[in-house]
Amino acid sequence: MEQHILKVENLTKKFNDFLAVDSLNFSVLKNEIFGFLGPNGAGKTTTINMLTGLARPTSGSIFFNGKDYTAHIKKAQEIIGIVPDESNLYEELDGFENLCFCASLYGIEKTEREHRARNLLRQFNLTEAGKRLYKSYSKGMKRKLTIAAGIIHQPSVLFLDEPTTGIDVASARQIRLLIKSLNETGTTIFMTTHYIEEAERLCHRIAFIVKGQIIKIGAIHDLMEDAQKEAIIQFSFDGIVQLSQFEYDFLQQFSQCKLTHIQESVFQVRSAIAHDLMSLMSFFDSRGIKVMEAKIIKPSLEEVFVKITGIEREVMKKEKEGKKK
Amino acid sequence: MKTAIAFWNIMLKDFRNYYLKPPNISWGIIFPFAWMLMFFLKSQTPVDVRAILPGIMAMSILFGTTSLLSVTITFERRSRSFDRLLLSPISLTWLMLAKTLGAILFGIVNAFVPVLIALFFVNLPHINWVIVFMSVIFIAITSTFLGLFIAVSVSEVFEAQTFSNFFRFPMVFLCGLFIPLGQLPVYVRLLSYFIPLTYGADLLKTAINQDGHITVPISFSILIIFSIVLFLFSKRNIQHKWIY
Repeated sequence: MEQHILKVENLTKKFNDFLAVDSLNFSVLKNEIFGFLGPNGAGKTTTINMLTGLARPTSGSIFFNGKDYTAHIKKAQEIIGIVPDESNLYEELDGFENLCFCASLYGIEKTEREHRARNLLRQFNLTEAGKRLYKSYSKGMKRKLTIAAGIIHQPSVLFLDEPTTGIDVASARQIRLLIKSLNETGTTIFMTTHYIEEAERLCHRIAFIVKGQIIKIGAIHDLMEDAQKEAIIQFSFDGIVQLSQFEYDFLQQFSQCKLTHIQESVFQVRSAIAHDLMSLMSFFDSRGIKVMEAKIIKPSLEEVFVKITGIEREVMKKEKEGKKK
Repeated sequence: MKTAIAFWNIMLKDFRNYYLKPPNISWGIIFPFAWMLMFFLKSQTPVDVRAILPGIMAMSILFGTTSLLSVTITFERRSRSFDRLLLSPISLTWLMLAKTLGAILFGIVNAFVPVLIALFFVNLPHINWVIVFMSVIFIAITSTFLGLFIAVSVSEVFEAQTFSNFFRFPMVFLCGLFIPLGQLPVYVRLLSYFIPLTYGADLLKTAINQDGHITVPISFSILIIFSIVLFLFSKRNIQHKWIY
């Protein structure tokens, strides 16, 4: 039986008349990476703040390992780790001291916290940087050390708020690999992100949150299957091919299909029902059109997101860029 | 045990990061030294040094604790590192005590700088050192909690400084250190009795110069009440403003 490490029931947060989070219901399974995907102001950070103890829910319940911690979330803080959207370690301490200090907040003895700090610095490739002041770190290094600080007490569930926002591509890639490896070693991860590709690459299940409400929740392949209402096959032809060369005959033979010209000699065939690829290939062959490549196009998570939420990719992209600045 | 480890390390970090930094150590020495020197040059008599000692001690504590605590907490709030403390399993009460203990100790040390300086110039016989020490502790506690109250009420470091002065300067002139309480107009005197420094300064005057106006048990009782009220008020503010 699947075990819920976190369960949320009717979680709501109001700021005066503004409803920031509206009756959220979801659960996070043990050892999964659960993603919260949505634009700015959707309620992602407010939700994390409520789950970790930085905000009080207006109503609703929060359960960790089946136990209701809504009224005393402080007691759950031993088993949770938090990596906020902005790195918040101490500028005046070096990397090693920062990790040791964070461990001490969880009551870990000196010898043990130093041992864990050294191991984490090694694991995160920060051994040398560990001797330097935190304020001298690059954004990517700061992010990595903040993640290390979030897991030094070996939490059962780690909350990551926008883990790769505002850092360079190489560091973001390293952090994604770290998140994967943390999950593989048994840490349950709850992460929020703007990045659709990141959610797609990392998360086992995703919740789309817009204006404080969960619009859709599920495993990635389920979300994609739900969204795939039409079969799409993309053909790339040899040489320049005009649509007029075959459009009429094609639509006569495959009346349920739609043809779309994507770019020079690349066309997409869309239909509500799945067509046999061989019959399509034979059609082109019979007209002397040489097919270089034929591939079935599956919808990306981005398309699913746009379809479900109605929010265009450009909106998310602009917000991402705005957040970087 | 876990709370004790967290408590100790929060306090230790604050000491290393803030209170033992050269600018703060030098400030802790220069501030009382400058005041002592100023009064000494003006009076040039041993009796006056002893007379001004309670005032210099009280001001050293008040300015030292309120400045440092309000600024450091506001700074940690701005950099969001204070959130890290709020997200750890240590209770808010213990967390606040750990954050304030460093400032209290800093204030106590500051208070004795003028005493050490005064010893170079005058003898200090017939002083009740137990009452001096106890009053220094209570002035440090109430001033620190006042700093905490200020830190919780503002969001920017410069606001913390401005807001601190809004409280500190009226306190200095209303607490009876420079103008005896009896010489203040009645309605201003009433205000003086709502200032914790009034009781702390009076205790120091009693212990050093035997010229206090309020009885020792009453002053201590009122300082204890002030300490508890300021602490609980700040705790309530943190719970409502920072854990929103």
